[in-house]
Amino acid sequence: MTKKHVSTTINGDAIEFLCDPNDTLLDVLRKELSLTGTKEGCGSGDCGACSITLDERLVCSCLVLGVEAEGKNIGTIEGVSNKDQLHVIQEKFLEHAALQCGICTPGLIVSTQALLKENSNPTEEEARYYLAGNLCRCTGYDKIIRAVLDAADVMRGAA
Amino acid sequence: MPVIDYKVPQSVDDAVSLLEANENAKILAGGTDLIIQSRAQSSPDLVVVDLKSLPDFVSANINSEGLSLGPSMSCAEFTAREDIKSLFPGLVEAAFLIGSTQVQGRASIGGNLCNASPAADTIPALMVNNALCVIQGPKGERRVSVEDFVTGVASNCMAKNELLKAILVATPASRTSDAYLRFIPRSEMDIAVAGAAVSVTLETDGTCSKAIVAIGAVAPTAILVDAAAKALIGSKLDETSLQAAADAASAASNPITDRRGTAEFRRHVVGVLVKRAALIAAKRAGDK
Ligand code: FES
Ligand code: FES
Repeated sequence: MTKKHVSTTINGDAIEFLCDPNDTLLDVLRKELSLTGTKEGCGSGDCGACSITLDERLVCSCLVLGVEAEGKNIGTIEGVSNKDQLHVIQEKFLEHAALQCGICTPGLIVSTQALLKENSNPTEEEARYYLAGNLCRCTGYDKIIRAVLDAADVMRGAA
Repeated sequence: MPVIDYKVPQSVDDAVSLLEANENAKILAGGTDLIIQSRAQSSPDLVVVDLKSLPDFVSANINSEGLSLGPSMSCAEFTAREDIKSLFPGLVEAAFLIGSTQVQGRASIGGNLCNASPAADTIPALMVNNALCVIQGPKGERRVSVEDFVTGVASNCMAKNELLKAILVATPASRTSDAYLRFIPRSEMDIAVAGAAVSVTLETDGTCSKAIVAIGAVAPTAILVDAAAKALIGSKLDETSLQAAADAASAASNPITDRRGTAEFRRHVVGVLVKRAALIAAKRAGDK
């Protein structure tokens, strides 16, 4: 099988890689590029642990082929913080103890960032619907939603 | 190894030649079905043909005749378009029901249609809008209705060397609108147990002069129910005619029993959905 050469942008950096056409973008991120912040829960588009943005659009990286990254702009959890300075969303997840095992957390944070970009002042219901594709088997969601709404308030300058 | 090659054609003709040349070539739209299918043990080696670099495949244009939809445009982009929503609110609500936010970011109406699941949400909504599928093959293009396009469970009328180039939906007549409703056992992210799309045209006095009813997830393919439409036409959508339409839809359905619902339950619920969707469509048509 011939590998394909792919040039893409990940978290603002120009990146090139060789990719088997059968690899998902999730495989490439984790195995080829050692960006292991993005998690694999199901590999079938059901859990959202692998959430990333592809040209600003929230997607499951397990449902994208690595070769499709050519010329695209990709955002992963590694691009959320500003070096050592955590993003408000990350701080709020810590503050509200919105995680236990943490496997869903990177996906939830990337999804929350996408949500707040589209809607800076979501209602609880809107937040729950938007994040319905991010499954968490530990927290029961309540703390996650509180963290999301609190982060939204801070980011809007309302808190 | 399931996906053995990945091709980005430069034109539609190029894509058709790729389909002709490769026995196992498959078009990739959003990948939310194809990539999962490619992981199955039984999957043959696939040559994936990605049309998303062709602008016509990922955009939607509205002109005086109606909507020309690129089959690979993501549902997220489609449902965010206010101009489309104002013309076809029912079609947009069907597209909005497909999967999570993440899945919406990739899933497409063209993919939903070609994949032809009996429970596909957009298929009944396309049917009641008389959508046309523009199919491109080596000898040119042909147009078929959605009803003729879908031929069975997960099968469509296209030959190996054909592809879906566009979906055309004419601008609705005045005082005409649509609605789509489905039943699922939970509030989000599930597959329809029953679905119903209705389009109605109202006279100024509120009499229904035209109606189209399509039901999904209650037969091997979505089906148009003429008897349900007839029950609505000429009425003011009073309880008697709505119930007649519901009964006609239940009678036309041919559902299975599975863990999501029994055949009996589906047969009943599809009628209820027809009633409710008719009222929503009528409210929208009247507000126009
Ligand atoms: S790993 Fe992609 S959705 Fe679960
Ligand atoms: S914290 Fe464990 S799955 Fe969410």
